[in-house]
Amino acid sequence: MTEAVASDTFAIETTGLTKRFADQVVVDDLDLAVPRGSVYGFLGPNGSGKTTTIRMLLGLAFPSAGRIRILGRPPSDSDVLTSVGAVIEGPAFYPFLSGRANLERLDAVGPGPGRSGRRQRVDDALERVGLTAAATKRTKAYSLGMRQRLSLAAALVRPVELLVLDEPTNGLDPQGTREVRNLVRKLAADGTTVFLSSHLLSEIEQVCSHAVVLFNGRTVAQGTLPELREAQRPTLRVETPDPAEALATLRSIAGIGLVQQADDEVTHSNTTVLHAELLGAAPEDINGALVRAGVRVRALHSVQPTLEDLFVALTGEGFDVAQ
Amino acid sequence: MLLSELGLTFGRIRTRWLLVVLAAIPGLLSLAVRFAGGPEGGHGPTFLDQVSHNGVFAALAGLTVVVPFFLPLAVSVVAGDTIAGEASLGTLRYLLVRPVGRTRLIVSKFVTAVVFCLVAALAVAVTGLVVGWLLFPVGEVVTLSGTTITAWQGVLRAVAAAGVVGASMIGLTAIGLLISTFTESPVGAIAATAALAILSQILDAIPQLHAIHPLLFTHAWLSFGDLMRTPVTWGNIVQDLVIQACWATVLMLAAWARMTTRDVLG
Repeated sequence: MTEAVASDTFAIETTGLTKRFADQVVVDDLDLAVPRGSVYGFLGPNGSGKTTTIRMLLGLAFPSAGRIRILGRPPSDSDVLTSVGAVIEGPAFYPFLSGRANLERLDAVGPGPGRSGRRQRVDDALERVGLTAAATKRTKAYSLGMRQRLSLAAALVRPVELLVLDEPTNGLDPQGTREVRNLVRKLAADGTTVFLSSHLLSEIEQVCSHAVVLFNGRTVAQGTLPELREAQRPTLRVETPDPAEALATLRSIAGIGLVQQADDEVTHSNTTVLHAELLGAAPEDINGALVRAGVRVRALHSVQPTLEDLFVALTGEGFDVAQ
Repeated sequence: MLLSELGLTFGRIRTRWLLVVLAAIPGLLSLAVRFAGGPEGGHGPTFLDQVSHNGVFAALAGLTVVVPFFLPLAVSVVAGDTIAGEASLGTLRYLLVRPVGRTRLIVSKFVTAVVFCLVAALAVAVTGLVVGWLLFPVGEVVTLSGTTITAWQGVLRAVAAAGVVGASMIGLTAIGLLISTFTESPVGAIAATAALAILSQILDAIPQLHAIHPLLFTHAWLSFGDLMRTPVTWGNIVQDLVIQACWATVLMLAAWARMTTRDVLG
C-alpha cells in the first residue's frame, strides 16, 4: 500500500460541498465522511441532491463550493478514478453493440493493462452478474433488469477500491436484488468500500454499516446504523374517540414534540390514532393529563420507532422508504 | 481510445451506409453519362463533360458533385454526433468516470471525424476511378491547362484531390464537434452543422459580401480542381488548408474550453 492510501481513513470525504444551479441550491454545505471498508447507505427522497452529489464525487459535475477527497485525492486527479467503479443514474450503453462489446469498449478506452486479458476480464464480469448467455445480444434487446446487471458488470470489470452505486437494484427482479445484495456483501468482505444510494430502506438496512440521509441538499442524519437507531426518539401512540381534544391537550404538554394524526391507520370504529414525539415527557404523566382534560383514551402505549420512522420523520411523508 | 473510437464509428451501420451512398454518386454519374450521353463541353458540373473521354474524370466529377451538399451532410452526421450522441445515450458519463480525460475524449473524437472525412472523400474518388475505368476509355489525361499527363499521373492526382477534399471538411468537423458539446440532442447538432455548411455557401455566393468570403470555411472547397492543372497552381489549395486550420484551431479551443468546464448531467 502506498503512503497516501495508508494515511487516509476515508474513502469519500467532503467538506462544505455545495452545488448551485442558477438560483437553486441543490446540494447545500454537505459534509460526508465515508470510512474505508464501510458499506455506506446514501438516502434521500427524489430531488434531495443524491445524484448531483454522486456526479460531483466522480468529477462529472463541478462543485460551486467545498472540497472533495476520493481515496484521499481530488476527483479531478484522473488516476483516482481508475480505483473507482460506478453505476450512475441507471445503465447507459451503445444500443447497436452487444453486451460484451459494450464492456470491451469501456475497458479499452481507459487506463489499465490494455488488450491483454480483456476478454477474460469481461467474461468474468458478465459471469458475476449472470449475463453470460446474453453476452452477444445487442443491448437494445436487453430488458431494464439486464441493462442494470450489465452496468454492474461494467463497474466490476476491473478491481476497484471504491464502488459507487446509484440505485443499483432499480428494475431488478427479486432474484437480481438478492444477488446484488450478496455481491455487495462479498465485495465489502474483500475490503471494497461501497457507497450505495437507494430509496429502498430494507436494502440499506440489510447491507449497510453506515448511512446518511439527505434532504433538500442537506445532511439530516449521518452515522452507523446503530447510532442512527439510537438517535431516534420514542413516540407515544394514543387511540382515542376525541381526536380534537386529545390533540389540543397533547400539544399543551411540555416535553412533547410533534403530534400527528395518523388517518391511514386502521383502528376500532370511532377512534383515531395520534402519534406524539416524546421529548422527555413520561407516558404515564401524559396519560394523567389526558384523563384530567376529560379525553377518552382507548389505548396508549409508547413505541420504539423503526428506522423507517426516522426517515419519514426526517424527510417527510413523500419519501417512499417502505416500498 | 483512438482505436476504440475508430472502431465504434466505422463499425456502425449508419457510417457504412453514409459511405455507400457517397460512393454511389460517382457511379450514378458515370452510368448517366454512359447511357444518356454527357453534357456539351462546358456545361454541367466541372469535369462532367470530360468523363466520356477519360474515366479518370469520373472521380473528379464525383468529388465536384458531393462537395457542396452530400459530403458536408455526411460529415455533419458524424461530427454532430461526437459528443451529443454519447451524452444522449448516457455513455458520456461512463466514459468520463472510466476515466477518459475530457481533453483526450474530444481530441479522439475530432481525429476520428477527420479520418471519416478523408475516408468518405476517398470512397468517392476510388469508386469514381473504378467505375470510370469500367465504363470509359482510360488513357492520357488532358488537364485543365490543355497539356496531357499519363493515366497514372491522373489517378494519382484524383486521389490527391480526394485528400484535399477530405481536408477541406476539417473546419466543418470542428464546427460540428463544438455544437455537439452544447447539446444532448445529436439530431439538433447534426442539423445545425449541416445548416451552417449551407449558410456559409449562400454567403459565399452573395457578391456584396465578398469582403468576408476569404474567411468562410466553404470558400475554397472546390480548390481541389487546381490539381488538374499543369503545373499545379497551389494558391487556392493552400488558402483552403489555411482556412480549415484556422477554423479548426479556434473552434477546437472553444470546444475544449466548453468540454473541460461543463457539468455532465446527461
